[in-house]
Amino acid sequence: MSAGTGPAWLEIARRDLLIAFRRRAEAANPLVFLLIVAALFPLGVGPAPQELSRIAPGVVWVAALLASLLSTDMLFRSDFDDGSLEQIVRSPSPLYATALAKMAVHWLVSGCPISLVSPVVAGLLYLPAAAMPALLFSMLLGTVTLSLVGGIGAALTVGLRKGGLLLSLLILPLYVPVLVFGSAAVDAAAHGLPWHSELAILGGFALLAVTLAPLAAAAALRINLDS
Amino acid sequence: MPLFEACDLRCERDERVLFEGLSFTLAPGEIVQILGPNGAGKTTLLRAVAGLSTRVSGEMYWNGAALPGSRWEFLRETLYLGHDAAVKPGLTPFENLRWHAGLWGRTTSIGIEGALGAVGLARHRDTPAQHLSAGQRRRIALARLLLSPARFWILDEPFTAIDLEGVSQVESLVAAHAAAGGVVLLTTHHRLSLDCRFRQVALESGALA
Repeated sequence: MSAGTGPAWLEIARRDLLIAFRRRAEAANPLVFLLIVAALFPLGVGPAPQELSRIAPGVVWVAALLASLLSTDMLFRSDFDDGSLEQIVRSPSPLYATALAKMAVHWLVSGCPISLVSPVVAGLLYLPAAAMPALLFSMLLGTVTLSLVGGIGAALTVGLRKGGLLLSLLILPLYVPVLVFGSAAVDAAAHGLPWHSELAILGGFALLAVTLAPLAAAAALRINLDS
Repeated sequence: MPLFEACDLRCERDERVLFEGLSFTLAPGEIVQILGPNGAGKTTLLRAVAGLSTRVSGEMYWNGAALPGSRWEFLRETLYLGHDAAVKPGLTPFENLRWHAGLWGRTTSIGIEGALGAVGLARHRDTPAQHLSAGQRRRIALARLLLSPARFWILDEPFTAIDLEGVSQVESLVAAHAAAGGVVLLTTHHRLSLDCRFRQVALESGALA
C-alpha cells in the first residue's frame, strides 16, 4: 500500500489543513474578533457616518492585523510540543519548504478568510463602496506578508511557555509597513485616487517575505530544537 | 563492519560533564540499551544520534561514512521514536500513521491497516486520538515500528504508558528487527527481557567540568 503520494512538505500541509478543518470553530475566532473590534469603534468615537468612514481604512486594517496575530502563536507550537517537529526536521523535505507550506496553510485558514470578511466589516464603518476593491486586494496581499513575518516570530518563540506577548512585541513593528501601505491604498481609493502603486508595494513586500521568511523561520526552528 | 559507530562522544551541560569518552558500535543484528539515572543525558545522546541535537561532540559513522556528511542516507535508514510521540490528538490513528508514512513516502508491506491491527487499534481506526488513552496513543507511535522500512531504530523510552502485553509485544518486535539484520539503540528503565542477546552501555554521570 502506498502511503504518501507527494513530497513531505505536501503531506505536512495536507495534515495541517485537515486539522484546521476539524477545528473549524477555532478558525472562526479571528473573524469574530475582527467583527467585535470594528463594532467597538462606533461606540467609542460616535456613530457619525462621516467620522467613521474617515477612519474606516485604518480601523479595519489594524483590526485585521491583530486578528491575524491571534492565531500566529500556534503556527509551530503544537508541532513543537507533541514531537511532530522532530519528525518534520528529520524528513527529506528541506525545512524551508516545510516552513513555507505551514505558513501558506496559516494564510489559507486565517489571512484569507479575514480578507474576505473585511469588506463586510468596512461596510459597518461606512467605508465608501468605491474603496471595497482596494480593501479586498490590499488585504489579500498584505495578509500574506503578515502570515509569513508572523511565522518568523512564531518559530523564534516556539520553545517558550508564554511566548504570546513576546511574539507580538517581536513582530508588530515588522507589521508596520504592511499597515501603512495597506491603509494608504484603501484611503486613496476612498478619495477616488489611484491606489495601484500601494498595491504594488504590498506585492513587493509579499514577494520579499516569501523568499526570506521561511529561511529565517527554518533557522529559528533548528535552534529551538537543538537542546 | 559495524553499521553505526560512535567515537569518543562527550556532552557537557551547565558546566557539568554528562558523559565523555563514550564509544560504542552497532553491527547488524545488535541491540544496545543505554543505561543511566534520570538526567544522565540519555535523551540528549539519542537526539544527537538521531541528528537532532548538536550538543554532543565526537564522531559518528554510518556505514563507514562520517556523519553528518552522509546525513541524508542516514536519516533515510533511521527511525526516531522520541519522548513525545508525535501523535496529533485531532487526527485518527489511521490519519496519524498515514502522515508519518507520507513523510518518507514508503512503508513496509504490512500497510497502515495491518500495523493498526497488530498493535490492537483496529477497532479505533477512526476514533480521534484525543479520545484514546495515553497507552493507546503510545501504541499509535509504536505502530510506526511496523510501518517503517528503516534499519536503525532509535527508541527513547518506548515502554512509557504501555500495558504488560504491549511491552512484551514491543520486546518481540525489537528482537525480530535485530534478527532480520536491523540495529536498535534504546533507553528504558524497564528490565528488558529479550529472546536474544543485547548489550548495555552505562552513562557515567556527575564529574564537574
